[in-house]
Amino acid sequence: MKLSIYRYDPDKDARPYMQDYEVKLEPSDRMLLDALVKAKAQDDTLAFRRSCREGVCGSDAFNINGKNQLACITKLADLPEHVSVRPLPGLPVIRDLIVDMTQFFKQYHSIKPYVINNDPPPERERLQSPEEREELNGLYECILCACCSTACPSFWWNPDKFVGPAGLLQAYRFLADSRDQAASERLDNLEDPYRLFRCHTIMNCVDVCPKGLNPTKAINNIKEMLVKRAV
Amino acid sequence: MIPVRRFDAIVVGAGGAGMRAALELARANLRVAVLSKVFPTRSHTVAAQGGIAAPLANSTEDNWHWHMYDTVKGSDYLGDQDAIEYMCRRAVEVVVELEHMGMPFDRLENGKIYQRPFGGHTQSYGSAKMAMRACAAADRTGHAMLHTLYQQNVRANTQFFVEWMALDLIRDPQDGAVVGVTALEMETGELHVLQGKAVLLATGGSGRMFFSSTNAFINTGDGLGMAARAGLPLEDMEFYQFHPTGVYGAGVLITEGVRGEGGYLLNKDGERFMERYAPNAKDLASRDVVSRAMTTEIKEGRGAGPHADHVLLKLDHLGPEIINQRLPGIREISIKFANVDPVREPIPVVPTAHYQMGGIPANYLGQVVAPEGASKEAIVPGLYAAGECSCVSVHGGNRLGCNSLLDLVVFGRSSGEQMAKDIRALPRPQRNLPKDAGEQTRARLARLDGATSGERVAEVLNDLRRTMQAHCGVFRFPDDLAEGVRKMKAIAERAGRTFIADKSKVFNTARIEALELDNLVEAATAVVVSAEARKESRGAQARSDFPERDDQSWMKHTLWFKEGNRLDYKPVHLKPLSVDTIEPKARTY
Repeated sequence: MKLSIYRYDPDKDARPYMQDYEVKLEPSDRMLLDALVKAKAQDDTLAFRRSCREGVCGSDAFNINGKNQLACITKLADLPEHVSVRPLPGLPVIRDLIVDMTQFFKQYHSIKPYVINNDPPPERERLQSPEEREELNGLYECILCACCSTACPSFWWNPDKFVGPAGLLQAYRFLADSRDQAASERLDNLEDPYRLFRCHTIMNCVDVCPKGLNPTKAINNIKEMLVKRAV
Repeated sequence: MIPVRRFDAIVVGAGGAGMRAALELARANLRVAVLSKVFPTRSHTVAAQGGIAAPLANSTEDNWHWHMYDTVKGSDYLGDQDAIEYMCRRAVEVVVELEHMGMPFDRLENGKIYQRPFGGHTQSYGSAKMAMRACAAADRTGHAMLHTLYQQNVRANTQFFVEWMALDLIRDPQDGAVVGVTALEMETGELHVLQGKAVLLATGGSGRMFFSSTNAFINTGDGLGMAARAGLPLEDMEFYQFHPTGVYGAGVLITEGVRGEGGYLLNKDGERFMERYAPNAKDLASRDVVSRAMTTEIKEGRGAGPHADHVLLKLDHLGPEIINQRLPGIREISIKFANVDPVREPIPVVPTAHYQMGGIPANYLGQVVAPEGASKEAIVPGLYAAGECSCVSVHGGNRLGCNSLLDLVVFGRSSGEQMAKDIRALPRPQRNLPKDAGEQTRARLARLDGATSGERVAEVLNDLRRTMQAHCGVFRFPDDLAEGVRKMKAIAERAGRTFIADKSKVFNTARIEALELDNLVEAATAVVVSAEARKESRGAQARSDFPERDDQSWMKHTLWFKEGNRLDYKPVHLKPLSVDTIEPKARTY
């Protein structure tokens, strides 16, 4: 197969360019990551992140034929003969397919991603009904791969001010947790023309999420909580 | 000059053990640096699926004595019983603590944590009744735990050095105390010295040494390589666990929780063959037992598929509701990696390299111990180890499912506590660094950067992985092992002559992979040399020429040293902390 891969090494390249690789696939190569690893075996200067190779660690999110996806769970059989791989859009490129995710994680940290409960901890687990726990499904599974936030035009324009779909999904994960006591503080933190309300429901995030999660729905739930609080 | 930064404590690795320790240290108001070659939530703890063991007794009667018995028996009597008692007695506390931190465990109707059966988890000291001891967050327990621990570290303001790879330990030549590490800042290519009063290795396993492995690319035994190069031994490395259910062809893990929920294995004739090998526990026997049974079925011609080279994991009878609720990740993996929807069809599976029971010798307080003078277990000042890279030894010859996540939090916490205590007891100013601190690392980097020709790292790595797969698998044969030792010697030499074309300073992943290869070479050599020397079958070590366990000669821990491939041995701790010794007996399930 033919891979066109975005190359840029600030140590030696004046500007980025696309480099073509011809990769000979074997029957055991199923996913795009297998092909990228083959390309790297030919040319060790090709740089990209990867780890678990099963879609749970979130390392190998790239822009693949125009869509943000994880290379390790993108099936070769579903791809055309010619594939172009670029870094996630909207974040500074460090080198080749490796982007600087500082801004992305800063937004994640800004929503206080931890359960806040100031009651003295009981001797055993805090109780939570299966229904209450069910509220966290579709939220806690996020792997912080950044496919969604870097597919979001609002995040491209305001990565410093708009929390972005990944951060907001997690904001709702803690708002939805029956054990958390900081709902009003969390809502205060988001009630802002940028932090939450830059979401214009374009739904690119839903379209690209490799885990099938729905940040737009979570964002709407937060908006609803704000409305309820106001009345 | 290599730039130096000073801290109280340095934690190498940001998986479950490293982050649990970091939390303890940050809460003690110490200056802590946590180094990780990947962003913390990318650590391999994230891939753990089925659960974390703790006798909460939420669904069946259970207590730490039974958990301890199962763990000792599971270890094939090679586990240290003091450490095992310590772990099992702390299990409830650390799991409840994770829940308080916000970990999203599944729940029972009464609001308590959901627990499922798992391999080797029994009631009443090995009876046929299984205990429901595996505390689960669907089949994403590791993900839920790792993210929760990261979140708590965000709250505690832990200082992370993300995408910094630790390369070598720095020891004081006077007394061998560890006083820091060298580390490569991957983005800039700069080499740094991080000086600390206490250094914790929490670098995880080395599963990439096998061709077919459930392990992530990053699992290259980095802490093992660091310890070995610093003259420290590696313990019980011959005990490498093959998980019964890796996806055929892809190696991706399918949790034992599938069998815990009621799934079972079939051979090509549709026979539930585990009934023959383990009449009581059947598919929930220990992993070494199930992996051997599967391998035997395949070898005797009862494997499934056109090449008769795998078996089938059936779970469609559980129904879509249970599968979607309790095993959603497994369904996702099967569809993606096996082209099979388990709601309708069985999953093709094979035993796959999964977990390293051995590692850097440590006691249950996380302190690294090594032979010195008359003592086989003298404390190495300043150095600690926890998690898969360590050998405490709670897993002995074979680890029980769900004891790995437990190991991470129990010993992550105890090592953090011990480090804080030891740091407080030290005199205020830090020791001076040895004059040549970092030179060893600089020489390694200089060789790589200066090489103008040589073999590709990927080629040597592939040969290493194929060698280990062929010579050190589920069943081990004397000729294969001897040849494996010879081959690994040659591979080690080749690893010293590799060439990388990438000479860039910026995020040079070729350099990283070459440095990882150095670590894998140490770990793999330790495995094959230790396996060749151990003339018995115990836990994950199954030899054709010595098919029985030999407690008389071999109930002892192996210690492998890099220098000259030297081996030493030390006794198993048979005495628990407070209860009676669990005496070895024949191990059946």
